[in-house]
Amino acid sequence: MANVTQDVTTPIPGGTTRVSTNWFRRGRTDSARPVWMEEPGPMMKTAKALTLIVIVIIMLFPMVYVLAMSFSSQADAARGGLILFPQSPTLDAYRAILGGGVVSRALQVSFGLTLFGTALQMIFTATMAYGLSRTTVIGSKPVLYIVLGAMIFSPGMIPSYLLVKELGLLNTYASLIVPGLVSAWNLIIVRNFFMNIPRELVDAARIDGANDAQVFTQIILPLSKAVLAVVALFYGVSIWNSFFNAILYLNETSKWPIQLVLRQYVLQGTNLASAEGLQSGAAPPPAETIKMAIVVIATVPILLVYPFLQKYFTKGVLTGSIKG
Amino acid sequence: MYLFMAPGLFYFLLFVYFPLAGNIIAFKDYSPFIGIRESPWAGLANFERLFTDPLFSQALVNTLQIETLQLIFAFPAPLLLALLLNSLISESVKRSIQSIVYLPYFLSWVIVIALWQQVFGGAGVINQPLRDAGIDPISIMDNPSFFKFLVVLQSMWKEIGWGTIIFLAALTKIDMQLYEAAAMDGANSRRRLLDVTLPGIRSIVILLLILRMGSMFSTGFEQYFLQRNAVGPDAAEVLDTLVYTLGFQSGQWSFGAAVGLVRGLVAAFLILFANWLAKKFGEEGLL
Repeated sequence: MANVTQDVTTPIPGGTTRVSTNWFRRGRTDSARPVWMEEPGPMMKTAKALTLIVIVIIMLFPMVYVLAMSFSSQADAARGGLILFPQSPTLDAYRAILGGGVVSRALQVSFGLTLFGTALQMIFTATMAYGLSRTTVIGSKPVLYIVLGAMIFSPGMIPSYLLVKELGLLNTYASLIVPGLVSAWNLIIVRNFFMNIPRELVDAARIDGANDAQVFTQIILPLSKAVLAVVALFYGVSIWNSFFNAILYLNETSKWPIQLVLRQYVLQGTNLASAEGLQSGAAPPPAETIKMAIVVIATVPILLVYPFLQKYFTKGVLTGSIKG
Repeated sequence: MYLFMAPGLFYFLLFVYFPLAGNIIAFKDYSPFIGIRESPWAGLANFERLFTDPLFSQALVNTLQIETLQLIFAFPAPLLLALLLNSLISESVKRSIQSIVYLPYFLSWVIVIALWQQVFGGAGVINQPLRDAGIDPISIMDNPSFFKFLVVLQSMWKEIGWGTIIFLAALTKIDMQLYEAAAMDGANSRRRLLDVTLPGIRSIVILLLILRMGSMFSTGFEQYFLQRNAVGPDAAEVLDTLVYTLGFQSGQWSFGAAVGLVRGLVAAFLILFANWLAKKFGEEGLL
């Protein structure tokens, strides 16, 4: 304890404190222990470190393992045991599934759905949020209650299915997007953000003769890039991951998105080699390797957007939504 | 202005409120061949059947058991992790661990279960060596009596990061001067935890507890649906999957809708109740 307090407060020759010079020297923002906080004993420190290491291993191990498996060759697989570093890494499995068969198709479907669906969802969400953010407009209050009601009551699986069926949307790509077009939660997040934009900006634009649409596109939207980015990512991730809608509404396997393919070939273990037409030619990659390659491919897009998700999530949305 | 609201409003009316009204088939004897309008009324017969149907009571018991376990184990886990991370000095260690634990939250259930299968499944990391050594493999992923703990562990693995980030954000908002003042007055770290930290995050804990309670009857579908075949319906059938089984697999649309309606109403009641409770405790509440 004693040396820590020294660390923070003892002046060193030259008039500055040691901690501040350290800061500059290291060039990072790691904070120092506050004066009042006791340093934990060695037992406590070890316990903390061990707990955290165990947690990190539990979280990362399955992902690392699957990644390693997906690159392993026939020889690696035959050797058996725990593969964390394949001896002769190969891209064979990826070549096999990206060769234009079932998996490639499903990836195309999922990418298309995600891009198109997210765009549509953002248009509906942002416009409605803008309408709801203007509390002076008569009728915006009842509409808000309609939205809040949708947070409390969910219509249920069977009536929703019957509606999609009545609308003739069964077995269409639209059935995977339209029934979940606007999320009440995301809508409220965006609305809260819009409401926090200073009124003076809007008023000033109005005096300059801007109409509602111009205020929306030229003032509100540019100022809300961060929150719109997060909500778009949330929508995108949820379409990419969605499985339930496809199970209910699709019956043609050629329209399957990636999550259904994953379930069929990875969880249920249907033989993919025959579906992909891999029997011909040289020995195909081991079945297990192919499965793991599908898992990895389906995860990569999430990993790509993850840094953005994380960055903006903690910054914008979180504080906004908790206050709301 | 109304033009801005119209498309979204139309969506909510058509895809949320209209099918809500479609729950009327729970009071009918619906047959897809003659349509909702022509199907004969059944009164409350479908609801009376709820009391006697063994499938329903099994699904209800499973749902309640799983949700209770979730509340006991999965709810406090991120709070504990957030407190642990908050006690670390190094920002960069804190941030790296956050990034790692938050990642699985964005993976789909299909992927999460595929990953678990690789580790705990019959040919997974744990069982393959046992098998190679001639020992009987341990049944984890397909063990009905362990299933309820399994789903709670899976949920913890997938979702701990989300709660951790929210709790951490609330923890960093606590005024450092409070800690300093408490320490000056001689409060040790345990006292500071009880008297500064926990009161400081009280409202966010209550808010998340409300959300948790509200979703008690909508456990989610995918996690159970995907593993139902492996462990059998006795252990894995929850209310959400029962609606699917009844409607889509055995064609009992009206009875399925009745189960769904009861589930939905109880869920709505729970949300409103939890919200009321929060306000009673002087918190802002959700609505």
